[in-house]
Amino acid sequence: MIDALVLFDLVLALAIIGIAAGVLILRDAFAMIVCFVIFGLLSALAWVRLAAPDVALAEAAIGTGVTGALLLKTLAHLRGRTLSPPLRVKGGLVVNAALCALVTLAGIGVFLATPIGGAGLEGLVAQNLAASGVAHPVTAVLLNFRAFDTLMEVVVLLVAVVAVWSMERGIARAPAPVMGEVYAGFARLVLPAAVIVGAYLLWIGAIAPGGAFQGGAVLAAVGLMLLITRAYTPLPAHRGAARIVFVIGTALFAAVALFVAQGGRATFEYPAAHAKSLILIIEAVVTISIAATLAALFHGREPVAVSVRETRA
Amino acid sequence: MNFDMNLDTGTIFGVAGMIVFGIGLFGALSVSDSLRRVLALKLCGVGASFILIVAAWRGPAMPADPVPHALVITGIVVMVSATAVALALIRRIHSLENGRDV
Repeated sequence: MIDALVLFDLVLALAIIGIAAGVLILRDAFAMIVCFVIFGLLSALAWVRLAAPDVALAEAAIGTGVTGALLLKTLAHLRGRTLSPPLRVKGGLVVNAALCALVTLAGIGVFLATPIGGAGLEGLVAQNLAASGVAHPVTAVLLNFRAFDTLMEVVVLLVAVVAVWSMERGIARAPAPVMGEVYAGFARLVLPAAVIVGAYLLWIGAIAPGGAFQGGAVLAAVGLMLLITRAYTPLPAHRGAARIVFVIGTALFAAVALFVAQGGRATFEYPAAHAKSLILIIEAVVTISIAATLAALFHGREPVAVSVRETRA
Repeated sequence: MNFDMNLDTGTIFGVAGMIVFGIGLFGALSVSDSLRRVLALKLCGVGASFILIVAAWRGPAMPADPVPHALVITGIVVMVSATAVALALIRRIHSLENGRDV
């Protein structure tokens, strides 16, 4: 007597596995990327079934949405190149397949032998939730109990944009696709709503699933649309402002962490009376930084490189 | 070892996550195309996330452990950063190979 929901889980799991294999098997590069996006969305659905709505939101918005945009942009750069056949059957392939099957089977064996639902950290989190300043456990972990991780995560984003700007300096400008007028009209209608959704996700993160990263990704989508519709064109003159926006999230986060570390408190130990305000201020600024950084990762090249090239040519 | 197979959501998606990880590992080892290899590594990442989320799951009626959730959210953001850098490398290599570099 299989429960209907368990049946749904089984079908979903099989679909996820099949589509993951499709990413490797499909010949066409565009189909491969679409396959990957569907894979991400189905994974997010599975994580909702596993009571992880925050992670599902982050995966759908960042792991699938922003990543999909990055992949399609890269594909536009590579267009004209024929994709090598995905898998050629040869001796090495069989050995690889056998080894990976062994690793997978061993992993499944260990997973099935491990008792699920042992004591985790949820008890500790629940005990200290009242002192964290927010009512949603995941936000409390991200912005308070393990805030140092989150600070480093924002630093990683910063490093990524620095690396991408440096690497793209030498690339010739790819012919950017121009969207039609219908698309521009669509953007005009959707952008204000997307801004509201992003801000709402940020605000609701204090009490329910949502938060800085999910809100930042939605705002980044606004940035992507502005870039695609040419409603906003990055100019070399905007470089300074862009740099400030990239850094301000990390800088404010670190500054608050150090500032609260006085009078016997450690870094990141927010005073209880101001914890919620401090967390919301950090989240708001970090959200703007994340949105700008993700949009810049999509845009790729540093605006000044364009102007140098244009004056040279 | 205790192998009693009760087919619940956690077991199903845990096994699925392991298989996705295996598929990604195989792709990362076997595929010669750089873009597809990046995607294979991302499959590995999502498979690992599945395991973390299943480990945090406490059944349909109980709230899950928030700490692994926070770790996976951190992982997703780190993964998009790494992907962006990898894709920039691929674009640059392609541009160098085609003599379009300035």
